[in-house]
Amino acid sequence: MSFPIPDLVPAIPEMFVLAMACTILVVDLFLKDDRRDVTYGLTQFTLFGALVLTWIVHVPEARVTFSGSFIADPLSDTLKSFIYVIAAGVFLYSRPYLKERGLFKGEYYVLGLFAVLGMLVMVSAYSFVTLYLGLELLSLCLYALVAFDRDSGRASEAAMKYFILGALASGMLLYGMSFLYGLSGSLEIPVVAEYLIANAGQFSVPLTFALVFVVVGLAFKLGAVPFHMWVPDVYHGAPTPVTLLIGSAPKIAGFAIIMRLLADGLGAMHADWQGMLVLLAVLSLAVGNLIAIAQTNIKRMLAYSTISHVGFLLLGILAGTQEGYAAALFYTVTYAIMAMGGFGMIILLSRQGFEAENLDDFKGLNERNPWLAFMMLLLMFSMAGVPPTVGFYAKLMVLQAVVQIGMTWLAVYAVIFSIVGAFYYLRVVKLMYFDKPADEPLPVRGLDVTVVMSVNGLLMVVLGIFPGILMSIAALAVGP
Amino acid sequence: MITLSHYLVLGAILFSLSVAGVFLNRKNAIVLLMCVELMLLAVNMNFIAFSHYSGDPAGQVFVFFILTVAAAEAAIGLAILVLLFRNRRTINVQDLDEMKG
Repeated sequence: MSFPIPDLVPAIPEMFVLAMACTILVVDLFLKDDRRDVTYGLTQFTLFGALVLTWIVHVPEARVTFSGSFIADPLSDTLKSFIYVIAAGVFLYSRPYLKERGLFKGEYYVLGLFAVLGMLVMVSAYSFVTLYLGLELLSLCLYALVAFDRDSGRASEAAMKYFILGALASGMLLYGMSFLYGLSGSLEIPVVAEYLIANAGQFSVPLTFALVFVVVGLAFKLGAVPFHMWVPDVYHGAPTPVTLLIGSAPKIAGFAIIMRLLADGLGAMHADWQGMLVLLAVLSLAVGNLIAIAQTNIKRMLAYSTISHVGFLLLGILAGTQEGYAAALFYTVTYAIMAMGGFGMIILLSRQGFEAENLDDFKGLNERNPWLAFMMLLLMFSMAGVPPTVGFYAKLMVLQAVVQIGMTWLAVYAVIFSIVGAFYYLRVVKLMYFDKPADEPLPVRGLDVTVVMSVNGLLMVVLGIFPGILMSIAALAVGP
Repeated sequence: MITLSHYLVLGAILFSLSVAGVFLNRKNAIVLLMCVELMLLAVNMNFIAFSHYSGDPAGQVFVFFILTVAAAEAAIGLAILVLLFRNRRTINVQDLDEMKG
């Protein structure tokens, strides 16, 4: 019996990240605590190397390998590039925080890299097996990372909740997949899609049943209402660098599996899943924005804001058009960059023994550090969708896609709730600029963190004034 | 004669039991871990039944992957449980309410 050797070239970035993560795991064992920066440096090198490799092996056509279970196409390469860049930013922001709290250990970087690997596999998945394995690799690393601060009772409680609900979501997704497999007779996404197209217009009850489980599983993973209960607790309980990691890059991977599973695989059932996504989006926009107003903890507030942003992301996807998918990609990437900045700012203002996680800790930031306050202002404006920041264009594109398919009421509804949402974002701005500061000194931060925060904040305006750059990348990735 | 639908009904019963277990159980976190495992086994049952009756081995290969992942998941779940007990001195699900809002 002979096995044909699959074409390994499209998977070179993944193999590189895997090899480097294993190397770092071993190298870290032989490092003394004061040399831990080597681990950090190697991690950043890995992400940079993977970015370069992704574009060296990139070709404009889609390539499918490993017996139809792995795909490298413009969509996957674009999303992977954003994942590398955002993960690199996450590691950069986290370093001072981890050092101050005695958490600067190799585990954070190794688990982080494996989580990145999981996201890469998800983005390139073309069969249920790879999709599931990538999702679990990401999830298992994140469960462990949430419990990473071993002496924190809050973190272990959050990890337990995340673990149970995450495993429940995987179970739902798998149960749906098992029916899709049983009906179509294949685990490969394009074969399932062909089966559905061949049977268009006469979907059986089991097929709808399978679709419900798949959508519920995805909604759990993304944190859409009514499957959002883990999001605030996990964001609140996890150490801030881990919240930063969970809140940013995995959203891009989540977008990717929705694209592969719903848009590519179950595209023929668009009319069926559109209604479910409308419901999820409507509930997410309302619950996320309304409950966020009542929060006093900024990590919890940003968690509810995530839920409302997931609602917007779903709006783009439920349109089911190329413009809609491109708008959803644009929105996801924008959101990941905004979330990175928002949680990064919490890290920047925290110091040893003090977490800047309450809204009151932002009081009078303008008097203490005008530049950081200005960056936070840009991030908050962008999250609220105030022009000329990029958040405005992201919302505009999504709404345009929704209006194009004739669901104007949904667009109006989304606008009303973004106005409600603007209240709690602008409250942060008010606290920073118009309230008296508490007289605690701000921690002194290294040049690298300050520079990246400035780039992150200014990017909101630059991309807002020139949205065409990101939009053309998104349109190119989604394809004609 | 045992048909495909018998297996599917068994899978559905196991799956509903495990989902009900996750939501109804208010006492013991270990039972939650058992429910999660049972859920994956119910899915495996479905995959093997479909695979057997359609004569396509891919479903059984997937089951091997799910079993492996379930083992890894159980390891992480129990590790988190031990951590939780060390920090809280309880694994009662009702006591996991430090964060609210």
